[in-house]
Amino acid sequence: MRSALATLRSHVELSLAGRIVAPFGYRDRKSVETVSSGIPEIDALAGGLPRGALTEIYGPACSGRTTVLLSTLAARTAQAEVCALVDARDSFDPRSAEAAGVELQQLLWVRCRGLDQSLRAADLLIQGGGFGFIALDLSDIAPETVRHVPLNAWFRFRRAVEDTSTVLLLLEQESNAKTCASLVLQMKRKAARWSATPKGAANERPAEISRDPFFPHACLLEGADVQAEMIHTRMQSINMPRAGKGPVSITAGFSGSAAAGGAADFGSNSDTAQSFSAQSIWSYLHAMPVEAKLK
Amino acid sequence: MFFAAIHIPDFIVQAVVRGEFSLHGRAVAIVEGTPPLWSVVAANPHALRIGIELGMAKSQAAQFTAVEIRHRSLAQEKAAHEALLDLGWSVSPRVEDTAADTIVVDLVGLGALFGPEEKIAQELAKRSASLGLSARIAAAQSIEVAILAARGLAGVTLIAPGEEAQRLSALPVHTLLPSPEILETLARWGVETCGALAALPVIQLSERLGQEGVRLHTLARGEFTRSLVLARPSVYFQEEMELDDAVEELESLSFLLGRLLDQLCERLAARSLSARAIRMEFELERSFEKELQSCAHPGQQKLIPRKFEKVLVLPVPMRDSKLLLKLVRLRLQSDPPPAAIIKMILSAEPDRPRTTQRGLFLPAAPEPEKLELTMARLANLVGDANVGSPQLMDTHRPDAIRMERFRLAQEIAGGRGKKSSTPTNRNRSELRVAKPANGFRLFRPGLPARVELRNGLPARVFFQGQRGEVVAASGPWRTSGDWWQEPWDQAEWDVEVQFSSVAQKTKLLAEPARVRGLYLIYYDARQLGWFLRGAYD
Repeated sequence: MRSALATLRSHVELSLAGRIVAPFGYRDRKSVETVSSGIPEIDALAGGLPRGALTEIYGPACSGRTTVLLSTLAARTAQAEVCALVDARDSFDPRSAEAAGVELQQLLWVRCRGLDQSLRAADLLIQGGGFGFIALDLSDIAPETVRHVPLNAWFRFRRAVEDTSTVLLLLEQESNAKTCASLVLQMKRKAARWSATPKGAANERPAEISRDPFFPHACLLEGADVQAEMIHTRMQSINMPRAGKGPVSITAGFSGSAAAGGAADFGSNSDTAQSFSAQSIWSYLHAMPVEAKLK
Repeated sequence: MFFAAIHIPDFIVQAVVRGEFSLHGRAVAIVEGTPPLWSVVAANPHALRIGIELGMAKSQAAQFTAVEIRHRSLAQEKAAHEALLDLGWSVSPRVEDTAADTIVVDLVGLGALFGPEEKIAQELAKRSASLGLSARIAAAQSIEVAILAARGLAGVTLIAPGEEAQRLSALPVHTLLPSPEILETLARWGVETCGALAALPVIQLSERLGQEGVRLHTLARGEFTRSLVLARPSVYFQEEMELDDAVEELESLSFLLGRLLDQLCERLAARSLSARAIRMEFELERSFEKELQSCAHPGQQKLIPRKFEKVLVLPVPMRDSKLLLKLVRLRLQSDPPPAAIIKMILSAEPDRPRTTQRGLFLPAAPEPEKLELTMARLANLVGDANVGSPQLMDTHRPDAIRMERFRLAQEIAGGRGKKSSTPTNRNRSELRVAKPANGFRLFRPGLPARVELRNGLPARVFFQGQRGEVVAASGPWRTSGDWWQEPWDQAEWDVEVQFSSVAQKTKLLAEPARVRGLYLIYYDARQLGWFLRGAYD
């Protein structure tokens, strides 16, 4: 029996000679290079986003997926990497992306009309090669539609980016790539943060609108607390340490004219949960010099 | 001082065969004339051996089943002549345009580049083969000797100084291109070779044939000297092909396009140039049926144009014919010609080849050629307007963006691998914060919604079959503009919506009941209705 197996093995190795080196040899794929997602909490949680692998981020609407996408785009374009975004429902907002720090000149935006086009476009981009970051945004596609994508499509993507320096990010409402993804993060929105009402204290939630008196001009949307939970990982970062497996809290969004509260305002840092504040995207748009605006 | 003459035997035939690769090695006869009086004007040795004769009627030539009959193409001859000149300029800037089928190249100073004259001649033969031309090449110290040897001797010939008369002596006298009367006289005298002509006494020859006789005598002895008349290098790269039958399918057309692109790229390579743009011009067949069909529809009474033009602008100079063919095919797939094609002209806008020294520590970027192909494929998939780099417009109008052609930073910075450091970029990078900004997803177009107000504030929102209670709101933020053209006037609200338990899953907002969402809604004062602009995600 053993000799028969050895014969079969040598036969397979001979037939694959020149095409595949050591087909039965163990290849350690766990140690991968990772890049920053632009959000320190996620980097600490997952060790960054892996290159040459598929990363899946899923969650319901308004759960913070786009926040992660924009942060990663901003981080990658700041490193002069060429990025591509396959937008399945044409929902990308360049204005907020630029405000988030994305260098739009470095971004190839593919506006698709549906799932089929998106998958084909992503395939073309991956096959084209050379992109540092490719995002496939299926966030607005109904989960029951994405569920029909055969698993071999994700497997094909995973194999296509393997041995490349591309970070492939998949945004969905539900996890579909299963084991094809090297890293799976689930996003959840915890709470929206509103600025103070004229009579309220700073960072206090505004009064219900039915309550009177209420001045909606004075109540600004500061942002939202977002929680990222690592569902699955099969990688070990070689350049970024991972803090833990528990969920982390992220606060992203708007801070009004009042100074951002900081971590102490809405959460406590721990080994498994960290939080931070983000500045309003409008506040630094307004701070932009007039010359820059004109240009 | 050495000169190399390059001569293309059966030039008219070779010009046609060059455009139709399948004719290589076959008997070909070229006919010309006004229909139906077509007669054979040129034939290759294969055809002559079979029995084709010059001046034979086309109907007679058609009796020879092994002979391929083609019509003479002046355009292809012109292109072949240009290719011949490119061959000369590929090795030396000093080229003489002697005739349609002959050029002379000055070989002075080329030794350091190519080696001795023999090697140069062999290199020329190799390059001419790559251009689709089978050439005879002769190198000699005298221009005329080189020309005569190229016309008369097959392959590559090198004539050493002092051997001119001896090497030319075996050539037939018609290689000197005498007038028909003189040729007839020489034939009557029994003078058939240059050697026989050179042996005649020059004074007696002068008495009988005049100055022309003396000139022919000097040529036959290999003693005629003159200066090189330099041709001006042209930047004209055009190849064209007329089709016997109209071609409608892109698959069939791409084969012919590939052939033309191969020729163009070979010519560009010969001149160490690349193409910055490819201009395609197609002559369309005038089809009575199609015109009748188009006139039958009242709303589409538009005549099919006779010509169809397309320009393929390349981000970086290229001369890879296979890549160019893919790009051309994708362009034609996305915008196909309206009728069958009977003639096509491809011209290249020449430019210096791309030379880029990438830095070791720069991040990887797609190869510009590959990127162009990928973008062309994407444009073919999702439409040209849906691929590119978004650019914000200088207006407060919501979602005012334009799509620009995506270009690599290296291209923008002039191929030096430097990031552009415009003041705008500097300011933006200075203003960028390390904290994440809340992501925003747009609904294009805005989703119609119904909003119930309470004390002037949004209290309940209905959209996409969902109902939600507004638990917090901020606004209204008034925005308007462009009153002189396409004005907008809107009042925006940021709202936090608590969806009710009866909420149904929808296409855009598939989420379980009892959840909250952050949305941007607006009241459009011009459309008098509420809409959802997007969601904070």
